[in-house]
Amino acid sequence: MFNSIFTTITRFLSNLGRRMIERMWRLGAGARLFFLTLVYSGESFRRFHLTLREVYFTGVMSLLIIIVSAFFVGMVLALQGYNTLQKYGSSEAIGVLVALSLVRELGPVVTALLFAGRAGTAITAEIGLMKATEQLSAMEMMAVNPIARVIAPRFWAGVIAMPILAALFSMVGVLGGYLVAVPLIGVDDGAFWSQMQANVDFRDDVVNGVIKSLAFGVVCTMIALFEGFDAPPTAEGVSHATTRTVVISSLSVLGLDFVLTSFMLVV
Amino acid sequence: MDRTTIDLWVGIFVALGVAALLGLAMKVGNLTSSKIGDTYAVTAAFENIGGLKPNAPVKSAGVVVGRVADIKFDSKAYEAVVTIKIDERYNFPKDTFANIYTAGLLGEQYVGLEAGGDDAVLKNGDKITQTQDAVVLEKMISQFLYNKASETKSEDGAGKTAAKEDAKADSGSAKSTELGDPPF
Repeated sequence: MFNSIFTTITRFLSNLGRRMIERMWRLGAGARLFFLTLVYSGESFRRFHLTLREVYFTGVMSLLIIIVSAFFVGMVLALQGYNTLQKYGSSEAIGVLVALSLVRELGPVVTALLFAGRAGTAITAEIGLMKATEQLSAMEMMAVNPIARVIAPRFWAGVIAMPILAALFSMVGVLGGYLVAVPLIGVDDGAFWSQMQANVDFRDDVVNGVIKSLAFGVVCTMIALFEGFDAPPTAEGVSHATTRTVVISSLSVLGLDFVLTSFMLVV
Repeated sequence: MDRTTIDLWVGIFVALGVAALLGLAMKVGNLTSSKIGDTYAVTAAFENIGGLKPNAPVKSAGVVVGRVADIKFDSKAYEAVVTIKIDERYNFPKDTFANIYTAGLLGEQYVGLEAGGDDAVLKNGDKITQTQDAVVLEKMISQFLYNKASETKSEDGAGKTAAKEDAKADSGSAKSTELGDPPF
């Protein structure tokens, strides 16, 4: 009786320990890959067309989903905001509400979540399959560094594409909010823009949003790259890695968003 | 995919991003007009600044002429010392009146400057002596209630009937509350 309880507890603890060690190992391996990527990223700038190709696949191909969702997010924000603001007789503040929530928060965060789903999964699956079909090993055999040739261009492409996508998201969202607020609801055109311009600060709001999206770009792309690079070379392994990319990217983005926002508030 | 096509698309993509960022800066953030050039600083002491915050606008005749730079508490006089920076293009007389106003009923608070008649103008480091505190809503309401209570006590019967007649006259157009007509 006592013995069995003892073994259960021991098993539970060793399970916990093993999981913890595995997590820490993966975190360390991810950090190592990150630094290797930075060290070997010279080639992705010397042969910039490699990076441009990846910007095309991660950035340009994500345009449709980003623009369409930004449009609808902006329109919904305007509708919901109007619903509440009109109770206080300040429906002109709808422009401020839409612009601030998009530029400060929703632009970077929703873009990062969509990016993780649209581009991050593609990166993970591509690199995971490259690894499963031993293309990465073949490169090494030909004295081509796979980190410099495959990982680094994708990393920089993600870092370049994310702020652009986030800026587009915010702008299209504001336009969507404008379309609902002014022609549909009938908020005054001048008040919509002037209230927005009076209350949105370039340094505090717009630049902080860009900083956030840059950080999300680094995190999302790096997680996708690492999961692909680290995936077991089987069909199942790649599929698990792709799932993990979305889950870990989303959680990191949301957690990092809180940390970044609280740092930006203290200033 | 052809390399030139990729270059073209990435070029379009980057141009769109730059345009969006510029749009955010100009149309949404209004980077162009929010900048104030050279300024001079003056201080003003208030007994109560309400919810005034650093960076709040300083307005004269409704035009933004400066910003609140700093708010400190003077522990000797138990007053709030507000440092405001005013655009160099605008000069104000020495006997300028500084008030703390609220934009709208629940809006942000700002400093309003009302020019006096003095020939000498305010310079960097000067102090505005004539100030008016922020209106604290609770204080105003309690004062109003107090006044109303003393009024009804002194006039008693006559006051009540007058109030009732008022209410009857008003009931068609506006809602009359128990407090009577609003003070503004």
